[in-house]
Amino acid sequence: MNAGETTTPKLGVQAATKIYHTASGDLLALDRCSLDVRANEIVSIVGPSGCGKTTLLWSMSGLHGLTSGEIRLDGVKIAGPHPDIGIVFQEANLLPWRNLDANIRFPFEIKGEKPDRAWIAHLLNRVGLDGFGGKFPRELSGGMQQRAAIVRALALKPSVLLMDEPFGALDSFTREEMNRLVEEIWLDTKTTIVFITHSIEEAIFLSDRVVVLSARPGKVAKEYRVPFARPRSLEIMATKEVFDLTNRIKMDIVGERARPKAPEQERASAEIVRIRP
Amino acid sequence: MSDAIPEFSKSKSGDGQEVSLTNLSAFASGPGIKSGKEVAAIIAVAVVIIGGIELALRLFHVPLYIMPPPSSIAYALFDEFPLIAPHLGYTLVELVSGFAIGAVVGLVLAAVITQFPFAEKIVAPYILLLVTTPMLALVPLLILRFGFGYTPRIIAVALAAGPMVMINAATGFRRVDSAKIALARSYGASTLQIFWKIRAPMALPMILVGLMIGAIFGLLTAVGAEMVGGGFGLGNRLTTYSSMIQMPQFFAVVLILSTLGILIYVLFFLIGKKWASWEA
Repeated sequence: MNAGETTTPKLGVQAATKIYHTASGDLLALDRCSLDVRANEIVSIVGPSGCGKTTLLWSMSGLHGLTSGEIRLDGVKIAGPHPDIGIVFQEANLLPWRNLDANIRFPFEIKGEKPDRAWIAHLLNRVGLDGFGGKFPRELSGGMQQRAAIVRALALKPSVLLMDEPFGALDSFTREEMNRLVEEIWLDTKTTIVFITHSIEEAIFLSDRVVVLSARPGKVAKEYRVPFARPRSLEIMATKEVFDLTNRIKMDIVGERARPKAPEQERASAEIVRIRP
Repeated sequence: MSDAIPEFSKSKSGDGQEVSLTNLSAFASGPGIKSGKEVAAIIAVAVVIIGGIELALRLFHVPLYIMPPPSSIAYALFDEFPLIAPHLGYTLVELVSGFAIGAVVGLVLAAVITQFPFAEKIVAPYILLLVTTPMLALVPLLILRFGFGYTPRIIAVALAAGPMVMINAATGFRRVDSAKIALARSYGASTLQIFWKIRAPMALPMILVGLMIGAIFGLLTAVGAEMVGGGFGLGNRLTTYSSMIQMPQFFAVVLILSTLGILIYVLFFLIGKKWASWEA
């Protein structure tokens, strides 16, 4: 976290290879995928569906092992779930039989630690869930559930937060709101964040770097720096720079497959725009 | 009603919107009593039906040994209760002890067997056999072996309740939500912690359904076993009263039995409402 450490990545993925042995044969999900995430950085991972994004994230979290290659946290190889790595899952993944307070207490129960009440209260206040502690997940909207899941992940003060398509199930307005919330939390805590998403806009809005994975087997195909200062406004998102970046990433993801058709489609839609005024 | 703003805060039990499994329908679809008005209506209907039966039976001079009027059943219940009460006690002893044995064995077996999918596949047909075989059929054999005391009845109740508890609990334990287990593992949870903090609570609604069905099957089996042989228990009262053509007393015992069944249902309904309402 101090200046001297910047050379050692916070989270390093080195030649990660993952083969799933399934009934229909072996499936190469990740192929020598390497990626460094520096401290206090937000990195988004995008890519075509089924490219191994979630596999990569689960490997980074230590939830499952790699066939070869390794994951290093602060330069130390991790062999399993690490207390310094928090995860926010797809959909909120709250335990429906526990109310919000009990859900947030869950990690502490597993670890046999006393919950840090002041910190949890601060986080709940930060995400706007004050006074909802007694509510059960089914009584909360999707956005509120995901906020609670973020609080749960941050409650143990991890130095790395892995987010696996956390807002994929939310409507686009709630999603924008959640993106701003993540940025606010980052400004507050400077937690290193790895963020998996299907939404290029979301990736650009949130990230210092956007990493594009290739189609399966997943490996890093491209990397883009997103140079805008924080907090980022919605106006920045409407600039030509962002528009161009979005298109470039889109072409990286769908480009090879869509190329023969794409130019005609673009011209057609451009003409419609021209005719209108 | 249809214009109500959809809100997340108050989902009434029974609407089943966010429930993916309908396994708690036994609880959820139960008619919840809501207002004094409804209670009044229910009582009014009961009065009309019971009064109507009473009136019809007296009007058409139906003989007592065919169908006694409700009033004479009520009188018999009141009058004979001191004589019936000990038998209620015997039946409860058989039911509670047999059910306790069956439920504990069923639960433990379900928890263990679901950890080993391969073993489960091998055991499954035998469990199904135990569930579908009416354990009453074994009572004459059990009586031959164990005599006319409590033992054959308690064994029969345990045999009837256990498989019911087990098959439902196993369904519950099989509901593996890999994301929730991954969540627990990401905090370094042990296998035991995953069982108690994830698998067991997820299975709880199904376990309660199993316990309820098991208890009701246990009651059926206890009464049936008492009817087969032995000189005590509510089932024995049924055979005794009917052989003596004491129909009001006979129906008084039937009334006690149905009350027992309803109490079992209400008990598990309330437990489910308290501990498993997150699902229904």
